[in-house]
Amino acid sequence: MDFSDSPEEAAFRAKAREWLEANATLRDGSEKAQDHFMARDADEVARARDWQARKAEAGWAGLTWPRAFGGRDATPIGQVIWNQEEGRYAVPPNVFLIGIGLVGPTVMVHGTEDQKKAVLPRALTGEDIWCQLFSEPAAGSDLAGIRTRARRDGDDWVISGQKVWTSGAHYSSHGILLARTDPEVPKHKGMTMFLVEMSDPAIQTRPIRQISGGASFNEVFIDDLRLPDSARLDGESEGWKVALTTLMNERFSISVGRASGGARAEELIALAARVQRNGRPAIEDGAVRARIADFVARQRGLEFTSYRVMTSLSRGEAPGEEGSIGKLLLGRLRQEMGAFGMELAGTAAGVSAADDDDAARWRNEYLTAPGNRIAGGSDEIQRTIIGERILGLPPDIRVDKTVPFSKL
Amino acid sequence: MNFGFSEEQDTIRETLARMLGDHATLEVAHNRLDSGEGFDTATWSALAEGGWLGLAMSEAEGGSGMGAVELATLAEEIGRSLAAVPCLPVLCMAVPALQSAGTEDQRKSFLPGIAEGRTIMATALAEGGGLAPDTVSAKVARDRLSGRKAPVTFGAAATHALVAATDEEGTSRLYLADLAAPGVTIRALDPIDRTRPAAEIVFDNTPVDLLPGSDAAAIRRLLDGAAVLAAFEQIGLAGRALALTTSYAGDRHAFGRPIGSFQAVKHRLADMFARIELARSNAFFGAWALASGDSRLPEAAAVARLTALDAVQFATEESIQLHGGIGFTWAADPHLFLRRGWQLKAELGPAAMWRERLLGHLADTPRAAS
Ligand SMILES: Cc1cc2nc3c(=O)[nH]c(=O)nc-3n(C[C@H](O)[C@H](O)[C@H](O)COP(=O)(O)OP(=O)(O)OC[C@H]3O[C@@H](n4cnc5c(N)ncnc54)[C@H](O)[C@@H]3O)c2cc1C
Repeated sequence: MDFSDSPEEAAFRAKAREWLEANATLRDGSEKAQDHFMARDADEVARARDWQARKAEAGWAGLTWPRAFGGRDATPIGQVIWNQEEGRYAVPPNVFLIGIGLVGPTVMVHGTEDQKKAVLPRALTGEDIWCQLFSEPAAGSDLAGIRTRARRDGDDWVISGQKVWTSGAHYSSHGILLARTDPEVPKHKGMTMFLVEMSDPAIQTRPIRQISGGASFNEVFIDDLRLPDSARLDGESEGWKVALTTLMNERFSISVGRASGGARAEELIALAARVQRNGRPAIEDGAVRARIADFVARQRGLEFTSYRVMTSLSRGEAPGEEGSIGKLLLGRLRQEMGAFGMELAGTAAGVSAADDDDAARWRNEYLTAPGNRIAGGSDEIQRTIIGERILGLPPDIRVDKTVPFSKL
Repeated sequence: MNFGFSEEQDTIRETLARMLGDHATLEVAHNRLDSGEGFDTATWSALAEGGWLGLAMSEAEGGSGMGAVELATLAEEIGRSLAAVPCLPVLCMAVPALQSAGTEDQRKSFLPGIAEGRTIMATALAEGGGLAPDTVSAKVARDRLSGRKAPVTFGAAATHALVAATDEEGTSRLYLADLAAPGVTIRALDPIDRTRPAAEIVFDNTPVDLLPGSDAAAIRRLLDGAAVLAAFEQIGLAGRALALTTSYAGDRHAFGRPIGSFQAVKHRLADMFARIELARSNAFFGAWALASGDSRLPEAAAVARLTALDAVQFATEESIQLHGGIGFTWAADPHLFLRRGWQLKAELGPAAMWRERLLGHLADTPRAAS
């Protein structure tokens, strides 16, 4: 049990710090608010690409990738150390999370040599930006219910259908797409994975506005997209297996990301000291103090939980039982903290005078958090996973597992 | 960074779990609860024989020279087994107090006896519904103690007590009292968990011996360390309550299915699990801060305590709920965990106290209006 850096970790941190000092500017609080993973405009995308190229050049991209694929073979803890250090600098959003965190590792496992050559180096340098074309209007939690159809046509595939909630599709160059190739077998058995170029005219992307006001996800219409068979990732009808690799890496990327960033519960202390409640600074109010203390305790717990996960992974073990709880607890905590921040702002909660004032800040937290509770497996799905896979409880009743998809 | 247990520590846990599994069964816990003489001396002796009571004492002190992380493991396994033994007051409070604030003489006179299980040293910090160093009215003048301490956990079974009292200057300090000395009156109380025989102890001009290194700050540090170790005991018991409820939910059928296949039940169990694991993560940080002497111990202790309190209360209350009618019976197991949970909550002060301690330690927090 040791919370401090090991000698190797300290050396790694020092090197990271040295490079960052020479190549980036420390945050000073004057930066515009931005998302961690989503770019808001073309300018942010361009800056993100430029930053990624410089990191790749100096060997700081794809830290946990094997050296053979241009990575640094760092442990997950190394990645956390990098995130902590990079987080102190004013750097653009990491729009490469899906490419480097999800698609790269999936291609390493399931791709041909040609696919690895085509995908991995360009994902690393930021030349390509990837999106995840999984969810559909009728298939989210129940991902195996997708209807986007891929049919053989000579040596090619022709794909038609609709994807939705695709984060970053509007600025992505490529996508990993799950399609149904055989509706006459049970739902999990008839899917195949493809790698697609978003610039193809058969793909139309339309941003969808979220309750937070921004538009970082999209609906994607695919109309007779013609692909050579070399765009298929792993075997025909092996799509579910490939998707599981992607989803496993998604969970991993999310838990590494969680060790850093986000609004801190301590910020509520400062806010409560600035605003009044019942004619006194709110921080003197017992109920206010109790809420904030509990937020701090829960937030620390989540932070330390991600360190437990990193420790398991760095020891080469599968993430232990703790791995699944971060996702479940984080969104709810963020939502409650956002609501509380707005409440503290009192009658000012509903209105903001500037982009970066208290009301705007906590309103944005509050309106972003519901997405955390839905994306990447909803709270309810997480509870079922914990109940069945960790606690070993009997499964929900399912009526869809053995019936051919076309008969559902 | 290495935020987990070593293989050796895992081995210690397995050995302990086996030993406690042999001695401190839930049947024993029920018997203790019913008999009214809560202290499970057989298990305590077995722990002494196995060398576990001297776990965190140096070899010179009669122990095996391990540290706070191993002690945390012991606390967790005791929590899991519900053993009716004074791990928290004796091993997690009296021993560290002697080690950090006692003289060499005091350590030599008492630690070996504690390690062998002969000396049961209770820790008397509570009185008037509060805890030292904030609430202390017992006083020592010319090495004689007068005052009333309650509740003192295992006070009715103890041979000695470490008592918080103010000295002639009004400073809160810790004193060693022999409970067989003149002027000591012990009256048994009725705690919610009768397997922790609490008592009121009245001292009237009782001769006592000062722990010279003790003052208000030392008592706070002692509470911080105890909160971390108690969090492990709480997690242990909450984890066991979850395990037995999970197994019940897999066996018990209603409407033609195991009740654990209903999401209302399954998801509640998942929530229990999540809260326990969150508390465990905070407790890990606390154990490290305690073992390494890190300056963040007060914060670590408070967050470990707050999340452990929450996890225990949720897990034990819902454990009763998910058992249905049988869960409401005296003969069934769930209330054993609920009782122990409440007792551990009472002994080190409620959430409100630890929330204030936490805010007090976060930089630049203004104090609550009084
Ligand atoms: C911000 C954001 C970004 C996203 N980015 C992407 C992306 O880049 N790529 C991508 O492919 N997808 C993305 N998604 C989609 C996301 O994966 C789905 O929204 C999610 O899996 C839920 O699916 P759904 O929207 O169809 O809701 P549904 O599955 O219809 O769920 C509706 C409600 O029913 C509950 N529910 C469903 N099934 C069960 C069950 N078995 N038991 C109990 N309750 C159940 C759910 O928990 C939810 O509360 C994103 C979503 C969000 C919010």
